[in-house]
Amino acid sequence: MEITNYAVLACILFAIGATTVLLRRNAIVVFMGVELMLNATNLAFVTFARVHGDVTGQVLAFFVMVVAAAEVVVGLAIIVTIFRTRRSASVDDVNLLKG
Amino acid sequence: MENVIGLAPWLVGFPLLGAAVLLLGGRATDRWGHWLGVAASTAAAVTGFVLLFAMISTPAEERVVDHHLWTWLSAGGLDVDLGVRLDPLSMTFVMLVTFVGTLIHVYSVAYMAHDPHRRRFFAYLNLFVAAMLTLVLADSYLLLFVGWEGVGLASYLLIGFWDHKRPNAVAAKKAFVMNRVGDMGLIAAMALIFANVGSVQFADVLPAAAGELSGVGASTATWTAVALCLLLAACGKSAQFPLQAWLGDAMAGPTPVSALIHAATMVTAGVYLMVRSAPILEAAPTAQLVVVCVGAVTLIFGAVVGCAKDDIKKALAASTMSQIGYMMLAAGLGPVGYGFAIFHLLTHGFFKAGLFLGAGSVMHGMDDEVDMRRFGGLSRFLPVTWITMGLGWLAILGVFPFSGFWSKDGIIETAFVPVDGQPWRAWLFGSVALVGAAITAFYMSRLFFMTFGGQRRWDDDHHPHESPALMTVPMIILAIGSVALGGLLAVGGTFTTWLEPVTGHAEHGEPVIPFWPLVILTHVLVIGAALLAFRQYAVSRVPVTAPRGSLLTRAARRDLFQDATNETLVMLPGQVLTRSLVYGDKAVVDGGWLGLGATVTQVGEKVRGMQNGYARSYAAMILTGVLVIAGVAGIAAAVSQ
Repeated sequence: MEITNYAVLACILFAIGATTVLLRRNAIVVFMGVELMLNATNLAFVTFARVHGDVTGQVLAFFVMVVAAAEVVVGLAIIVTIFRTRRSASVDDVNLLKG
Repeated sequence: MENVIGLAPWLVGFPLLGAAVLLLGGRATDRWGHWLGVAASTAAAVTGFVLLFAMISTPAEERVVDHHLWTWLSAGGLDVDLGVRLDPLSMTFVMLVTFVGTLIHVYSVAYMAHDPHRRRFFAYLNLFVAAMLTLVLADSYLLLFVGWEGVGLASYLLIGFWDHKRPNAVAAKKAFVMNRVGDMGLIAAMALIFANVGSVQFADVLPAAAGELSGVGASTATWTAVALCLLLAACGKSAQFPLQAWLGDAMAGPTPVSALIHAATMVTAGVYLMVRSAPILEAAPTAQLVVVCVGAVTLIFGAVVGCAKDDIKKALAASTMSQIGYMMLAAGLGPVGYGFAIFHLLTHGFFKAGLFLGAGSVMHGMDDEVDMRRFGGLSRFLPVTWITMGLGWLAILGVFPFSGFWSKDGIIETAFVPVDGQPWRAWLFGSVALVGAAITAFYMSRLFFMTFGGQRRWDDDHHPHESPALMTVPMIILAIGSVALGGLLAVGGTFTTWLEPVTGHAEHGEPVIPFWPLVILTHVLVIGAALLAFRQYAVSRVPVTAPRGSLLTRAARRDLFQDATNETLVMLPGQVLTRSLVYGDKAVVDGGWLGLGATVTQVGEKVRGMQNGYARSYAAMILTGVLVIAGVAGIAAAVSQ
């Protein structure tokens, strides 16, 4: 299998994740989009590690996973708190911080 | 001389102490403050007499004493010692200032008796005496400048003494600002002197100007510049053309102030400066000619203005200006003139102070009325004032044997002596002085006859009465001086000999008109003018409201348009300049910064709309930004390959 395909797949996954983040209102779904983007970058890291024969990319993928796990914990906690206070999981309802 | 010279600083010290006590003591000194003022001035006068007798008993060549007190400034190449220079010239001034000053202090006790701020008045008078004595006793131009500014300050404070009336405050400000123009001249002169001689002490500068020091000196052009700057200073202080406009308005001050400051002493400081700087003038013949011209112009100017004024004090002010013009003219005539300039200054100090005090006495009796058209026939009601003013009047006319004759005739005669063998100058300035004497006789007689002669022209609610003894005694003493002082000092050239240690000995040249015909001619003109005034103002009726008058009269009433000229030529351009600068500041500088602020605010208002609170749109912006940066980086990489 051509190595380029992995890179293309990573781009497609990232684009899907970004689109999800930008277009969906539900915070949980937005959060899933973020996860998708993170994993797309992980895939890109691993792919380029393979291309260059260097393990640095793989090491970074592990770092991303660890950070993503921590972020899920914090992020979900925030979403739950917002849902409890505002009875809504829509990101558009959280719009107090505007000019 | 050496054993009493230590007293000289006390001449300044006593009045300065008096002023300090009266100003710092405040209301607590209200009850006896005026007597303290008189005492301080008297103490200075007594000190002056002690020094005078010590000086007289000293041989002439040892009469110039520089008494070093302490080092005042030591900055780089400039070292100024603070000290006293006592010589016949400063001694003359010391006696004039302290003696006439003390008389006027005494007079003021009664004149200002009903003023709630009498103590403050005496504080300022003492301050003036201290500053004036500093001026004349200084041994350097810098210390002289301190006194110069001090008298300016005292003059300002006293002209505006009744500053609750707006015209008085304006007059004080006018005097101060016009004096400031002259002060610039003195500062410039000091700078020039220091740059060329390296010192501002009289002991260094004057010999350098006389060319007595080898290796130190300057070109004639430099000395001319210095002399002209000094002349500018003198014009400001002595109300000489073209800086004369403040003196008439200065009459807003109380009358004793007009007598002391604006007639007898301060306004003559310019003449003192000229005579003190005599070697500098002599090193610059062109400047000497300018001094003579300034004197001649002012003496005619003042005399013409004096003929038209109906305000008794303003007529006397114009006369002062004119008489100082005589002194300036004499000061520009070289060594022979200095003696007569100072002599006329001295006699003028007596008779003009006496005339002003007389005017004050008339005002005192007439409820502060100053319009001479509303006087008339006052001789019966104010006999002492009438006689003392009459003697002063004869003195200023220059009638033999009154004081003014000896000094003014000396000036006229000196003016008729050709300078550097140029007879045109003798004829020109001599005739100006002669014509000036005739006009002086006319306007002073007009003043005298309008006040004391003719029919009474005041209303029934005025009750003219003679002033108390505290006022009349100083007037009587000054009148005695007006009568006798000139003759006493002129006999055998006593006074000119007395000044010789300062001015140097000078042989009197031959005037183009011989002495006796000149004296007779002067007297004919003077008596003729006085008789003309008698016919017009004592025999025929004087209208209570001023008639329209000829073109010259109307111009003279408005001081020959001096204010209009100054306002058009100096004030208006200055105002236009400052207003356009203010406009420029507002439009360009302020406008620039305010515009910048407004632009930033507007941009901020527009940008604010982007902060809509939707997290998704922020994410989109971040994404767009990343894509743009990536695109630019990619293009840059492609281009650089």
